[in-house]
Amino acid sequence: MLAFLVQRIAQALLVMFVISVIAFAIQDGLGDPLQEMVGMSVSDEEREAIREELGLNDPFLVQYLRFAGNALQGDLGSSYFYGEPTLDVILEHLPATLELVIGASLIIVVFSVPIGVYAAIRPQAWLSKFFMGVSTVGISIPVFLTAIVLIQLFSIGVVVDWFPADTGWGQWLNEALSTEGGLPSYGRGDELTHLFGTWESGFFSSGGLAHLILPSVSLASIMLPLFIRLIRAEMMEVLQSDYIRYARAKGLSAGRINFLHALKNTMLPVITVGGVQIGIMVAYTILTETVFQWPGVGLMFLEAITRSDIPLIVAYLMVVGLIFVITNTVVDLVYGLVNPTVKLTGKKA
Amino acid sequence: MKKLLTAVVGSMALASAPMAMSAEANKELKMAYDSDPVTLDIHEQLSGGIMQLSHMTFDPLLRWTKDLGFEPRLAESWERIDDKTMRFKLREGVKFHSGNELTTADVKFTFDRLKQSQDYKAIFKPFSSINIIDDYTFELVTSEPYPLLLNTATYIFPMDSEFYSGKTEDGKDKSAIVKHGNSYASEHLSGTGPYVVTERQQGVRVEFERFDDYWDTESPGNVGKVVLTPIKENNTRVSALLSGGVDFIAPVPPTDLKRIKRDDDSNLVTMSGTRIILFHMNQDRVEAFKNPKVRQAITYAINQEGIAAKIMKGFATPAAQMSPAGYQGHNDALQTRFDVAKAQQLMKEAGYEDGFTITMMAPNNRYVNDDKIAQAVAAMLARINIKVDLKTLPKAQYWPEYDNRAADMMMIGWHADTEDSANFYEFLTFCPDEDTGAGQYNAGQYCNPEIDALVEKANVETDLDKRAAMLKEVEQRLYDDAAFVPLHWQDLAWASKKGVHIEPILNVMNFPYLGDLVVE
Repeated sequence: MLAFLVQRIAQALLVMFVISVIAFAIQDGLGDPLQEMVGMSVSDEEREAIREELGLNDPFLVQYLRFAGNALQGDLGSSYFYGEPTLDVILEHLPATLELVIGASLIIVVFSVPIGVYAAIRPQAWLSKFFMGVSTVGISIPVFLTAIVLIQLFSIGVVVDWFPADTGWGQWLNEALSTEGGLPSYGRGDELTHLFGTWESGFFSSGGLAHLILPSVSLASIMLPLFIRLIRAEMMEVLQSDYIRYARAKGLSAGRINFLHALKNTMLPVITVGGVQIGIMVAYTILTETVFQWPGVGLMFLEAITRSDIPLIVAYLMVVGLIFVITNTVVDLVYGLVNPTVKLTGKKA
Repeated sequence: MKKLLTAVVGSMALASAPMAMSAEANKELKMAYDSDPVTLDIHEQLSGGIMQLSHMTFDPLLRWTKDLGFEPRLAESWERIDDKTMRFKLREGVKFHSGNELTTADVKFTFDRLKQSQDYKAIFKPFSSINIIDDYTFELVTSEPYPLLLNTATYIFPMDSEFYSGKTEDGKDKSAIVKHGNSYASEHLSGTGPYVVTERQQGVRVEFERFDDYWDTESPGNVGKVVLTPIKENNTRVSALLSGGVDFIAPVPPTDLKRIKRDDDSNLVTMSGTRIILFHMNQDRVEAFKNPKVRQAITYAINQEGIAAKIMKGFATPAAQMSPAGYQGHNDALQTRFDVAKAQQLMKEAGYEDGFTITMMAPNNRYVNDDKIAQAVAAMLARINIKVDLKTLPKAQYWPEYDNRAADMMMIGWHADTEDSANFYEFLTFCPDEDTGAGQYNAGQYCNPEIDALVEKANVETDLDKRAAMLKEVEQRLYDDAAFVPLHWQDLAWASKKGVHIEPILNVMNFPYLGDLVVE
């Protein structure tokens, strides 16, 4: 166990080192950070002076070594735009992103498991076919579009008048298809509860939760169909296995077979995929956060790129790399708990 | 029942509105811009966002009116003493947010700080000194006669000298202007303006509350609290207005103009802007561009009206010159000259009937529809056999390329900081000179010393009629010479909920005077 963790920490350091080198190497392609810092009519001399001050004129190796030296002491530099240490800036924005990911994960867990299991147990039922059909559509619509449609439907509202309003059924259909709107379409609102440090949470107030709904649903819209299909496929495979047949022959109740014996084994690959997907979800938030003006790290990163805020870009990439390594490590640990036949040290049992 | 109740309350509020004028500022305004101010130090950067902040939290000596005249603010009156000196009388009894009283010492402090600011020092270069006569009288002195003295004075927002002087706890100078990294002034603010900053989370929201001791008791403004949220994504910003999440948005993207017009609960205000979008033709890189006939052929080949109508959806004013209407140099005689036959004829006369190949670069996220405009221009040039190799880049990558003059034709948009024609020429058509900084953005390498001399002469002419005549001649000569390819002035658009009367407070400089905003 300890050896495993040490190995993972070493891995994390390597990942972060590689990321920092790559991020540093591409900074020339990211544009000139000065453009965002000074007005158009500032003279070349003034610009040169600022560049010199920022150390942008030094050769690549000098710049990188200076950065690496500071990084080893825990200082990842200061953001040009925010004027604060990059880690502080990221920590300020991270809770918003994590809450969004938590919100989306909750939606995924609550819906994917029952729907996936149901579709596996009753593959021929029309409801199963309906879920599968919807999930195909869901997986193929980009987050961006889902988000815009959701905003139109539930924030602005839609009035449908396609059907004759003077007939009873027409009016009923019109009303059924029209939406009220009213859900907040941007940001996190102002009803946030302070938890600790930089963590302001939206989970503890109705206003905060209302702001979470649309972004979480959008973010979940891509992953949810994936998980429904994954659970369904795994479950169907497990249901074919010998020990399930034996349990059936033995006369165990269907509920016990499906939910105790089959589901447990179904979840093994789901956890692995799920862990990796949570990491990916942090990346997906860039799109969702942009559409909903969600003040998380995704939006922060995108803006850092348009501003060529190089220290912030480098720091963000390193932090994301770290998050990936951490989630993978946690997944491996959990995997060991669920399936005792897997040993962490890598030796096959 | 609830609906009825709100209706009654609503009509009561309406009835009492005229009496409540200026007496009570109790309305809340939620607004969304595409960005929030990068700093609270108004001298750290000269940008649209900072100007908007300045007009909310500070007051200038004088400010622009809607029709580009001047209106006194902290300066009560001014008079010209001689052709280099202007004497100002300061308003008495004006308080800063800190409680300090405004005197000429604050104006001097501000003037000196502007001369230090990297972004402002160029604008204030013509000024040689400030003379303090007494607590409420001072003179601004320029080294040469300077016709734009009042234009420039609109940039003087007196800062609270006592508040910004001294040392912070960790020994830093409170008045320091720090470009990157935080300073005292970038996090603390004390101005004379209608609003006090009460809360600020960079990139998330800024909250303002009305300043109780605001000097301008005549102001009709009745907004007590402003919440500014930056929403960068166009779609989201429009949705926020349509869903009632915010009351006021800017800018409105051209694609959504119709959507907002259709909405019964929203109000759209558009205005022809002052930012000119143009292409330079680089004569150092392309031999053919040295020939005025080729340059003229290109201006004849471009259909400005078409671009404004089709690509900009009517959200632009086609341009044949740099100075927009209202500027001294604006020459009514100059019209767009789209005529493909004439263009082909000119190419033939110049001996380039078979055309040639050039490279072109444009940003793709800086100006409205910039990349699409570039594509259209490239297609139009194909009709006179000029083959264009077009590359569009995000602005962060584009400007370094621009500084290197990396393509034969490059796009730029320019707004004159001084709201005056001469600024266009100085930056865009003056003979490039690295030592003086002239022609800093002249990517055409166009050089005509006669025109430059004429502009210089206009710059020391304080008789405004004479000066206007000179600047009009400059426009005419640049037009005849086809020094650049003008496209259009980008329009401006704002939108608000019905009952938020934004129209009277908006202006073409795009710094709404939110202190005077009336909300029903």
